[in-house]
Amino acid sequence: MNLRALLNALAGKQDSKDIAKERLRLVLVHDRASVSPEFMEQIKEEIIKVISKYMEIDTANTVINLHKSEGTAVLEANLAIKAIRRPG
Amino acid sequence: MGAVIVITSGKGGVGKTTTTANLGVGLAMLGEKVVLIDADIGLRNLDVVMGLENRIVYDLVDVVEGNCRPKQALIRDKRYDTLFLLPAAQTRDKNAVTPEQMKKLCAELKEEYDFVLVDCPAGIEQGFRNAIAGADRALIVTTPEVSAVRDADRIIGLLEAADLGDPKLIINRLRPDMVKRGDMMDIEDILEILAIDLIGVIPDDEKIIISTNRGEPVVANDNGSLSGQAYRNIVRRVRGENVPFLQLYKNSSIFSRLKKIMGLSG
Ligand SMILES: Nc1ncnc2c1ncn2[C@@H]1O[C@H](COP(=O)(O)OP(=O)(O)OP(=O)(O)O)[C@@H](O)[C@H]1O
Ligand SMILES: [Mg+2]
Repeated sequence: MNLRALLNALAGKQDSKDIAKERLRLVLVHDRASVSPEFMEQIKEEIIKVISKYMEIDTANTVINLHKSEGTAVLEANLAIKAIRRPG
Repeated sequence: MGAVIVITSGKGGVGKTTTTANLGVGLAMLGEKVVLIDADIGLRNLDVVMGLENRIVYDLVDVVEGNCRPKQALIRDKRYDTLFLLPAAQTRDKNAVTPEQMKKLCAELKEEYDFVLVDCPAGIEQGFRNAIAGADRALIVTTPEVSAVRDADRIIGLLEAADLGDPKLIINRLRPDMVKRGDMMDIEDILEILAIDLIGVIPDDEKIIISTNRGEPVVANDNGSLSGQAYRNIVRRVRGENVPFLQLYKNSSIFSRLKKIMGLSG
């Protein structure tokens, strides 16, 4: 927070440019999170590839989802594990 | 071999055509050979901004349909004889041209010219896809407003998907007085959100409207206008020179002094 914003906060008001910036940030979280199914599938495959180094993944029972809510987006991955590899 | 640069924005009316005209004239003033392509088919505008509207014989669609050779359609500028305009067709629609045809035309033109600047229509449809098809680089124009920056963000994503990464940003119509009051997003705010490189900032300037009235882009006017200077700087950056940015506003002095005293920085 800069000084102007601090003084504004004390005075109980907010610069309109800060409101604009905040709204823009929120709307872009939503815009950017609107991804295609192909893109989600690609993310899923890459996650599985990385995790497979350590565990055996049941691909068929693995789901990943992108949740959007107020101001944030959450990527949720449920990976079904068949077996865990022995540390080498 | 020259470079094809598309000037795009997503949102309409933010200054693509004005920017294309000024960069074209500015480059020609430095002796570069330049072609400006008006890719806004059906809403031809670059011709009037350049003051060349009375000289049009052939247009972009005539060229891609083979009704004439590119050379025959190019209109030479009134003042700079290394500057040419390829006007848009006014009575056709965007589907009269395909991305492949644009690619071929751009490839042909850059054999002979140093810069081919493509004035993109607003939107993300066929006209946008045509305009970016032959481009090597992209400039994105935005104004310091929520909707314009949002659309710029979308365009950045689409350009990336089309292998036009690393676009450069032009912030147009900035009002230093409003920035100082905290009523307009400043350069840092916008760069933080879009996370791309800045290539220039043009102040909101009535001289742009006056020069557009005359059909003489402001960049060539030696009237001390800030917008003209801002465009001349962008022209040099487009050519690869490192030019310091104009300081259009300062943090108000009391605030910045207080900040220093209190060890805050914003
Ligand atoms: N920096 C500026 N200061 C003042 N007026 C400006 C500035 N930049 C552009 N304008 C004015 O804004 C209007 C829109 O500009 P322009 O036609 O270049 O936008 P555009 O992005 O090409 O629009 P479109 O999407 O319709 O093609 C014009 O009237 C122009 O003169
Ligand atoms: Mg335009």
